[in-house]
Amino acid sequence: MALDQITMTKVSDRVLHQDLGEMVLNMGPQHPSTHGVINFIVHADGEVMKRAIPEVGYLHRAIEKIGEMVSYNGFMPYTDRVDYLAAMFANEGYAIAVEKLMNLQVPPRAHYLRAISCELNRIASHLISIGSMAMDIGAVTPFPYALRERESINDLIEALCGARLTYNYHRIGGVAFDMPDDWTPLCRKWMDHFDKVLDEWDRLISRNEIFLQRLAGLAVIPAEMAISYGLVGPNLRGSGVDFDLRRDHPYGAYPDFKFEVPVGKGHAGARAGGTAGDCFDRFYCRVLECRQSVAIVRQAIDKLPPGEFMAKVPKKIRPEAWSEAQSRIEAARGEMAYYVVSDGGERAYRVRARTGSYLAMGIIEDLSKGLMIADLVALIASLDVVAPEIDR
Amino acid sequence: MPALTAEQIHQRLSAKFGDAIGPLSPPKKDPHFTIAPAKLLEVCRFLKSDPELAIDFLQDLTATDHPKDGVIKVVYHFYSYKHRHLFAAKVHADRANPELDSLDPVWKSANWMEREVFDLFGVSFKGHPDLRRVLLPEDWVGHPLRKDYSEAGGYRDISNVRDNPLDLYLNLDRMVKAQKPAPAPPAPAAAAPAAAKPAEPAKGA
Amino acid sequence: MATSMDEMKGYQHDPGASTALVTTSTNVLENLINWSRRSSMFYLLFGLACCGIELMQTGGPRADLDRFGSVPRATPRQSDLMIVAGTLTYKMAIRCKLLYEQMADPKYVISMGSCANCGGLFQLSYSVVKGVDKIIPVDVYVPGCPPRPEALTEGFLRVQELVKREKQKAKHRPQRAPTDTGAGYAVPEA
Repeated sequence: MALDQITMTKVSDRVLHQDLGEMVLNMGPQHPSTHGVINFIVHADGEVMKRAIPEVGYLHRAIEKIGEMVSYNGFMPYTDRVDYLAAMFANEGYAIAVEKLMNLQVPPRAHYLRAISCELNRIASHLISIGSMAMDIGAVTPFPYALRERESINDLIEALCGARLTYNYHRIGGVAFDMPDDWTPLCRKWMDHFDKVLDEWDRLISRNEIFLQRLAGLAVIPAEMAISYGLVGPNLRGSGVDFDLRRDHPYGAYPDFKFEVPVGKGHAGARAGGTAGDCFDRFYCRVLECRQSVAIVRQAIDKLPPGEFMAKVPKKIRPEAWSEAQSRIEAARGEMAYYVVSDGGERAYRVRARTGSYLAMGIIEDLSKGLMIADLVALIASLDVVAPEIDR
Repeated sequence: MPALTAEQIHQRLSAKFGDAIGPLSPPKKDPHFTIAPAKLLEVCRFLKSDPELAIDFLQDLTATDHPKDGVIKVVYHFYSYKHRHLFAAKVHADRANPELDSLDPVWKSANWMEREVFDLFGVSFKGHPDLRRVLLPEDWVGHPLRKDYSEAGGYRDISNVRDNPLDLYLNLDRMVKAQKPAPAPPAPAAAAPAAAKPAEPAKGA
Repeated sequence: MATSMDEMKGYQHDPGASTALVTTSTNVLENLINWSRRSSMFYLLFGLACCGIELMQTGGPRADLDRFGSVPRATPRQSDLMIVAGTLTYKMAIRCKLLYEQMADPKYVISMGSCANCGGLFQLSYSVVKGVDKIIPVDVYVPGCPPRPEALTEGFLRVQELVKREKQKAKHRPQRAPTDTGAGYAVPEA
């Protein structure tokens, strides 16, 4: 590609219209934040922004189109890449949708193994989210701490399914591999260690004066706004809406587990100026969810039923012609909905993955008026958007 | 907070809007019904304001392309946090010139989802505040998720083919074999200078 | 595309060089310069997709890239190694090229993961560049999806090998046609 062809295309006037005295900056797509390749066109008057317009699509890999080109089973590795930080959820969502289409009954052991792998993945995903949020605020130290804990989780999941990041573990009808014999004591040992780590983090970050001052009262999203803009997951719960798919529309093994659902209510405290729906609430909901996930994994390991881990699935998966199904799961970044349409052939007619991060991008422009550029970084980090979920 | 079933929701909407609501599909795993495009905005405002339906979350907005039927079916999934019920509805847009009303005035989550449908299917939405491509570059040609989409051979001047390395290795094999000298018999070597001599006087003349 | 023998030669691994204490060059100054250069290769954080997460893990506590003197930099102006970690789409390709041109010579590129090597499992996709070497020259290809931190560390050590064997006379990268046509950057239309 010749250098003289590196021209940016003409973006619409609405995006680039510049008032007198206003700076138009590009924040991204390559920037030192782990949220992926997202671009923000920032109209700023000095440090204070007038608006920040997100530009996405730098990681659009056409996963939905590929769903029409490969078989149902063959699409499972692609679902990993829909959200690579929480790949187990994407696997599970797609598997549940196709199982609905085929009327398959998944054995209980498979449900438990799915729940265990998903909750461990939730902890891993929240660790990256919390660690990178701390790094974006300026505290560089917690990030390697998060990576260290994540390495232990990667080891545990690698013992289950062989991969560290893009697992391809769940299958249509169950899971691919059974739990190894010596896995449970290792997991218990790690969880005892992780409880202490969470306490350490609470002292180091969550109750840190600088952290509270940066995040408390910032970018408050009231509950109606959150619902209307379609926020899901910890973003929605941080605004005070008490809704969790695992408790309210339970699937898999979740009816057997007892856990709490953390909801934002101004956790930063009145002294710091915290209100329900600010950045600190969304962040703190994730920290509390880590604890709940540990509780769920403990219960799941204690109650793990013996038996088959994979249902009897026909060799070629061919659902009934012109049937469609939608599955909803509570992924790490909120509700992920897979919508699969079948035309009776071996390949799907349409696969759609509706993710939580995509809808969260719609709210950024409307919240960004009057924020400072550093606050934009905190806002993006608190919404926990990640590029593959947005672009697919 | 009673959650209504699909049949009850369909009955309630049909009672209010009559012909604009199509029949409930046979339950092939997820029942759905169609809404007439002209009444879409009105139906959605009713869905939001009606206390028994109370749809506050437009859960999903996507489309499926049916070139054989000549339609692009835009699929809506509606959810209510108050009553905890979910249902699906479809609107048929004419494939030659697909245009529907935007639901941005009703639910803000429609904004970005409609941009994606516009980008990948080409359906335009009337009244959308900022309808432009979101996932693909601004100067992309075509709408990829349509069934008759074919790639243009790359973007700007980056081609979209890559040589298969197996072909390269086969080429390498052939080239190495071709470079080995073939054992030549001595007779043609003696005949070559003899053949060259009669040619030279002809050239000189 | 490269179909001739010469262009396919590329990098040939010399097993002796990595284990011998005495290098092939007898010039002490050259050895010193190469040693100091390869012991502080700053890499550009160009994590695009899933491989980016493994890149972060490789820079993390267990498989530490910092022990080789290599720290991540956010800007191409301060880095001499670009690790393209993840899938490159057409939309991002323009920016990738810009970033590569912004790096100062001598610069090296590691193509990490299947997607950067050849498009990976997204070769069926309409919006993915089938290999980052279509737009920038690559020194080391690290296979994997995603490669383990140990694999990326091995790729990094191969780049260090390249630097070790460089002669000061051949300042430019060998056997690569220059990608720069000499034209200036076009100013975006207003």
